[in-house]
Order: sequence, then structure tokens, then C-alpha cells
Amino acid sequence: MSVRVGVITFPGTLDDVDAARAARYAEAEAVPLWHGDPDLKGVDAVIVPGGFSYGDYLRCGAIARFAPVMGSVIEAAGKGMPVLGICNGFQILCEAGLLPGALIRNSGLHFVCKDQWLAVENNTTAWSSRYEKGAEILVPLKSGEGGYQATQSTVDELEGEGRVVFRYVGDNPNGSRNNIAGITSANGRVVGLMPHPEHAIDALTGPTDDGLGMFLSLMDAVVNA
Amino acid sequence: MPKPEILDPQGQAVANALPRLGFQGIASVRQGKHFELEVDDSVDDATLEKIAETFLANPVIEDWVVRRVDA
Repeated sequence: MSVRVGVITFPGTLDDVDAARAARYAEAEAVPLWHGDPDLKGVDAVIVPGGFSYGDYLRCGAIARFAPVMGSVIEAAGKGMPVLGICNGFQILCEAGLLPGALIRNSGLHFVCKDQWLAVENNTTAWSSRYEKGAEILVPLKSGEGGYQATQSTVDELEGEGRVVFRYVGDNPNGSRNNIAGITSANGRVVGLMPHPEHAIDALTGPTDDGLGMFLSLMDAVVNA
Repeated sequence: MPKPEILDPQGQAVANALPRLGFQGIASVRQGKHFELEVDDSVDDATLEKIAETFLANPVIEDWVVRRVDA
């Protein structure tokens, strides 16, 4: 059976091509989805990729969440469809209420672009099951508004329920609370993270192929569903 | 405005710059956003509050206040 993974393109999206390539590396069929079209084309999962949707006007992700395609994504996520938000995609999922919290300007005020070590804290989600718990992976981080913020009660809830999926290793690159790099929904199907696993799927074009595990994890989640 | 418990790196940078520029006695700075909407009389306060809460502000990290001013 062929697994179909939708990749959304908004005006200002940058990383849809790499996200589709990552899906194909995992032997999924990558299906382009368009921001203005609510049709999800029967996909098994959706990736909301990185970039600067709508120029980051108002707030990062604030306008994209109202795009016609996102109404369908929110509805499908409610029924358990796996959704991955990377960077701007993570910001969009937070604005859409699919994940708690918000991303704000980096504490150092500078755009950060570097290869970043992450620790895998939860390997039970639809997007992280291929990793060993506690494994460290190296993937690019490139964002200006990547500081994860939430109220203390939300952070306590995420930590208490094991919903922190990835945590920055070493110095905190952007002021994220508790070094949080990525989180998941209560059911483990929706994951958002600021770093870019789709840029680290082949040692030829990225620092490592450590990111590929996320897309292979999805294949397991869909095939075993 | 960013909520009091939310880190405001931009406001902190402004606060750190002020003494360097010779302005003393400013304990802290918070940086927020200000929108001016030109509306006709049919737009009631409840609608304005809905616009603020669901679109202009992100209530997860920001507090907001609507103030109606006559032109």
C-alpha cells in the first residue's frame, strides 16, 4: 500500500520541496496541497512545512491558520490524522490551536542558523517511533522566532505527560522554555518542532541523515494503523 | 502586549539600551503592538473584542485591550 503524505504550500512557504523529498525518501507518495484549496486529496498525513507564510505578517503563522486548507487539517487532526509542523509549520499549528503554546522572538534577537543537537524525549508519537528514547540527533535549526513559550501550567502539563518530543542539547539557542524544541498533542499524532528534520535526510545534502527517522516513523504509524 | 509572565526579549533589549543612551531610572520595558481600525457605527464593542481576541492578538502570549476613540 502506498502511503500518501500531503505537503502544504502557502504564499511564502520555503521548505515544501524538501519536505516532499523527505517523504519520498521514506518511500511515501508526496502530494502537493495548496493553501487556498480545502481538499486534502485523501492523504494519510500532512506536513506543514517551514518558511515565512504570508510574510510573517501580524504574527508568524497567524494568517496561515485561517487558510482554507487549514480548516480541513484541523478537522482531520481531530480524527487522528498525523500532522507534522516544522518551523513556520510549528508556529502555524500553535496558532491553529492544534498544539499548545506559542513561538516568540529568539532571546538573543538574532536569527539562528546552525546544525543543532536534539535529544529525543518521546519515541511513542506518530513521528518519532523510529528513534531510541534519549537518542541525540543533529539537524539544522534556522529561525528568528523559535523561542517556545507557554504558561507555567501548560509547560508543567507537557512535561508531566511526556509531551516534550525533542529538547535542545547544550546551550539553549533561542530562549525556549525548558529547552523545548518540539512537542506533541495529547494523542501523539500531531507533532511540531522548530528544527528541520527534512533538511537532514541524506549526508550528501545535510549535516546527517538523522531527520529521516521522523518520516520513517510516520510510515510505521500509517501502515500499522 | 506580551503577558507579564512571557519573556519579552525585544523589550529587554530596549531596556538595556536606554542607560547606554544616557536615560536613567527606567526599570523595565515591555514591547507590544498597536492597531488602529477605522470602523463605522455598526461595528459594536463585542465585534471589536472578537477581532482582537481571535485574530489581532494571540491570547496564549498576549493581553489585549480595545479602546474606542472618536475621530
